[in-house]
Amino acid sequence: MSASLSLRDRLNVTVRDIPRSGIRDFFDLVTTMKDVISLGIGEPDFDTPWHVREATVFALERGATHYSSNLGYLDLRCALARYVAKTFGAEYNPDDEVLITVGVSEALDLALRALLNPGDEVLYHEPCYVSYRATILFAHGVPLEVETRAENGFRLTRAMLEAKVTPRTKVLMLNFPNNPTGAVMSRADLEDIAAFAIERDLIVITDEIYGELTYDAPHTSIVSLPGMRERTIFLHGFSKAWAMTGFRLGYACGPAELIEAMMKIHQYTMLCASSLSQKAALEALVRPEADVTEMVNEYRRRRNFIATAFAEMGVECHRPLGAFYAFPSVAKFGLSAKEFSLQLLREENVAVVPGTAFGVCGEGFVRCAYATNMNNIKEAMIRIRRFIGRR
Amino acid sequence: MDELLKLIQSNALESHENLARMLGLAPAEVSRRIADYEKRGVIRGYQAILNEDQLDLGKVTAVIEVKVTPQREGGFDTIAERISRFPEVRSAHLMSGTYDLLLFVEGRTLRDVAAFVSERLSTLEGVLSTSTHFMLKTYKRFGVLMHQTTTDERLTVTP
Repeated sequence: MSASLSLRDRLNVTVRDIPRSGIRDFFDLVTTMKDVISLGIGEPDFDTPWHVREATVFALERGATHYSSNLGYLDLRCALARYVAKTFGAEYNPDDEVLITVGVSEALDLALRALLNPGDEVLYHEPCYVSYRATILFAHGVPLEVETRAENGFRLTRAMLEAKVTPRTKVLMLNFPNNPTGAVMSRADLEDIAAFAIERDLIVITDEIYGELTYDAPHTSIVSLPGMRERTIFLHGFSKAWAMTGFRLGYACGPAELIEAMMKIHQYTMLCASSLSQKAALEALVRPEADVTEMVNEYRRRRNFIATAFAEMGVECHRPLGAFYAFPSVAKFGLSAKEFSLQLLREENVAVVPGTAFGVCGEGFVRCAYATNMNNIKEAMIRIRRFIGRR
Repeated sequence: MDELLKLIQSNALESHENLARMLGLAPAEVSRRIADYEKRGVIRGYQAILNEDQLDLGKVTAVIEVKVTPQREGGFDTIAERISRFPEVRSAHLMSGTYDLLLFVEGRTLRDVAAFVSERLSTLEGVLSTSTHFMLKTYKRFGVLMHQTTTDERLTVTP
């Protein structure tokens, strides 16, 4: 009789071999310390707007505690179709082209699983959100990472994609405004990418969770460009612009065949997104402008403050144009991103996230989230200045 | 409203350097604009927002609805400005609806306020009637909650 396998040996090899998110390791360390000013939090410090919370309580009282349809409540899908048309410039039929999901994270997983056969390649740009590579691997895809660089403002160019694409490439994933770099793409930038996607006949999955949060120019979505709607899955949600992270509510819009395929996986694995969160989201869309505009104005002031403060201390930082992250270079201090972050945490109780949590090419950078109040940002900048003064 | 005014309205103690960083302006420009607002009387002063309930100040505040007769030429302004000059009157507003002026009046005791209303306010020519309500507790003032201590429920590092 052979010795029984260890539990580790019984794991699916893909899951076994994927490392934990680097951000979690850092989180575990930060939680052991007291009085830390954290620029490491990738979620709004604002409370969910009161009218949304109030409406959620009301929905709970009224008994919105049952399953919704697999796609999500129809009234919410209708409201989303109107919102996406108005804000992002693409029309979708709420009956079969909108799917409500548990955050963009689920929507991304569904899209990749719906599209990929084992071995299909997915182009995505790094530094990027921590889940992208893992989600591609879980869907049996082959990740093809494309490095974006500070000197380009972390924008993606057609040449970068051309250098990596192969005949086996099926999907291009985009995330602008970007976490962790704060980069955005202009309409002209996106036109190049769209031409590339059409020429190579790629499906585009665009994660525009930060779409409302741009500070110098309005956001353009690639889905609004000619020829893109029919090959694009547009992903968005309520976490960032409406400060509703814990509601876990996202959505996908796309051609009916793709949404149908995603819905099948969602139907068998998730059934539906939280009914209560869907009610909350509907309320958020009733009067979105006032809530969101006020938060955007405050983020802009913080962006200005943090960018000016880094410039004053001689730290190179490309100007963040969207999302709520600054991604300064710390390479000149002769420390790795991780070591810089650890020493800053130990010496000055300021938490930033090493750029390497967002891809190998994030080495030499740290992510500073300005989704924290101005007093914390001011104090953090004083401490960082003191810290680098000793280097 | 000018973003600069919004910022100093929410925190008048903010340094001009920090205001400049937030707005993407030169500090000198911020100072110049603030001085200009002060000179033009747009900015009329700087005050702290206190949670007075915590201080046990031994004073009472009354909200008083006042009906008045508008005067020829002066309209409501003449009588309203006259009433506003009493130091007991902390704020005064002209209202639409069933009364004309809304006053916030402070005194050491209930008797002080009662005396002010019966001896000084009601006896003014043009004051027709008053209705006095005493304030019991303040929950929110100038947009600031008085009973909430802020807590951050977020994890310290999130993706």
